[in-house]
Amino acid sequence: MEWETVIGLEVHVQLSTRSKLFSGTSTAFGAEPNTQANIYDLAMPGTLPVLNGEALRMAVRFGLAIGAEISRQSIFDRKNYFYPDLPKGYQTSQLDYPTVGRGSIVIPLDGGGEKRIGVTRAHMEEDAGKSLHEAFTDGSGIDLNRAGTPLLEIVSEPDLRSAKEAVAYLKKLHSIVRYLDISDGDMSQGSMRCDANVSIRPMGASEFGTRTEIKNINSFRFVEKAINFEARRQRELLEDGGEITQETRLYDSTRDETRPMRGKEVANDYRYFPEPDLLPVVIDDKLIEQIRTELPELPDARRQRFAAEYGLSPYDADVLTANREMADYFERVATACGDAKLAANWVSVELQALLNRENLEIADSPISTANLATLIQRIKDGTISGKIAKTVFEQLASGDAGVDEIIEQQGLRQVTDAGEIEKLIDQVIAENAPQAQQFRNGKQQVLGYLVGQAMKLSKGKANPAQVNQLLRDKLES
Amino acid sequence: MDKSEIDKIATLARLRVSPAEADEVATRIGGILTLIDQMQSVDTAGVEPLAHPLDAVQRLRADEVTETDRRDELLALAPSSRDGLFLVPKVIE
Repeated sequence: MEWETVIGLEVHVQLSTRSKLFSGTSTAFGAEPNTQANIYDLAMPGTLPVLNGEALRMAVRFGLAIGAEISRQSIFDRKNYFYPDLPKGYQTSQLDYPTVGRGSIVIPLDGGGEKRIGVTRAHMEEDAGKSLHEAFTDGSGIDLNRAGTPLLEIVSEPDLRSAKEAVAYLKKLHSIVRYLDISDGDMSQGSMRCDANVSIRPMGASEFGTRTEIKNINSFRFVEKAINFEARRQRELLEDGGEITQETRLYDSTRDETRPMRGKEVANDYRYFPEPDLLPVVIDDKLIEQIRTELPELPDARRQRFAAEYGLSPYDADVLTANREMADYFERVATACGDAKLAANWVSVELQALLNRENLEIADSPISTANLATLIQRIKDGTISGKIAKTVFEQLASGDAGVDEIIEQQGLRQVTDAGEIEKLIDQVIAENAPQAQQFRNGKQQVLGYLVGQAMKLSKGKANPAQVNQLLRDKLES
Repeated sequence: MDKSEIDKIATLARLRVSPAEADEVATRIGGILTLIDQMQSVDTAGVEPLAHPLDAVQRLRADEVTETDRRDELLALAPSSRDGLFLVPKVIE
């Protein structure tokens, strides 16, 4: 039987505020344990929450970016459960009146084309602390630095039909939160965490199958692997006449498998109720309009503009807009050098290779946009060849010298003087008499070899087009 | 409200309800539920949901760090701590 996989994702995005959701404690990453856990975060009696306005604005920003309804009034609720890293005994979250309502995200499909994925809602909530079970043998250690960090939980509709689509959705989400500057989206640091609801059904069926939830998948690659494993497990189980149990499972990346979470004998019953310590949060039209005007250009719009305005191929436009810093960098180079296609090439090929090799982010690029623009101009005005430009590029990366300085100091200027090139050609013809004769006898393809020899003799500095022309003139005369 | 339901709620709320108390607790919670049933019967069509009895809206805080590190002081309040961590009984086997 042919099966169809149905996936919905719940993605937790850590909002990049300076302070926590309900207290003025720092959220900086990597601090010593419990140095960023204060009386409110520790649930000391008598402390009260005050909502971080910036976290609320970030949630609205996200909502507007995905075309979602923004609740004019959102309500916080208590989600009650007991665990040592949750000092209050409840997580403050939103149940019936989340800040962000229904919206959608467009993802690219593998074989071309696009698909619109529904977003059911996005609600604001606080993170829990961290339990360290391995720190000691006689107990568990609790670090509450993360307790109270603002999260936006983004819940998708069950619209995704393959692990690849799930990854595309997650990547698009990542790109959007980075463009909006509301999260660093770093999955390895837990700034973006993903739970996947997975079920399968016979192809063409309209009812959903029983689903399982895979918790806390922490990389794009693992999302794909975990979903593929889980869909295969469900298919084998059903084909063997078994039944799917609705349960929560964990993905184990070292064994590449999912398995049921232990110790969940009491079914979750969170006994939600409205948080009495927080009043309804009112968002008025004025605030929404103000946030709307502050929205940056988003990845989809920018990709379309790059294709239209700069004539980039769909592939180049995609690569160059995947992250905002890359897109900004490209635009600065393209504007300064006046040749978008060359700029796109240099940024997406040479610069990308350099950054990968040095394991750097584009923000830390060793080559400034001004230097790269000058380099491209020197190719355009014929000062250097494209090949020599790569040498200059490497030297820009490793030193402080500017483009013109490197060209002058190392004598890399392209030779365009016809007299000088003719001298080179005479020497090549003299040294390669048999090949020259072959060309004269009609073997056209030998010309490439002779041009190569002349270029080599000039150490790559002769203008290749001129060499070609002059060589041909000489041999045919 | 029977005894098994009381047991379940007590477990979720981490409350100890002795078998001797269970009957009385069941009666009292039963009374509250009857009151709620009575309120449920009121026709609320066209009434805005009310999340909070106060007619006021939430004030917002500027995103500023106002708290300082008071770890030593706060850890000292806990029954047990070690290496800057709160120490609790092992929560997983």
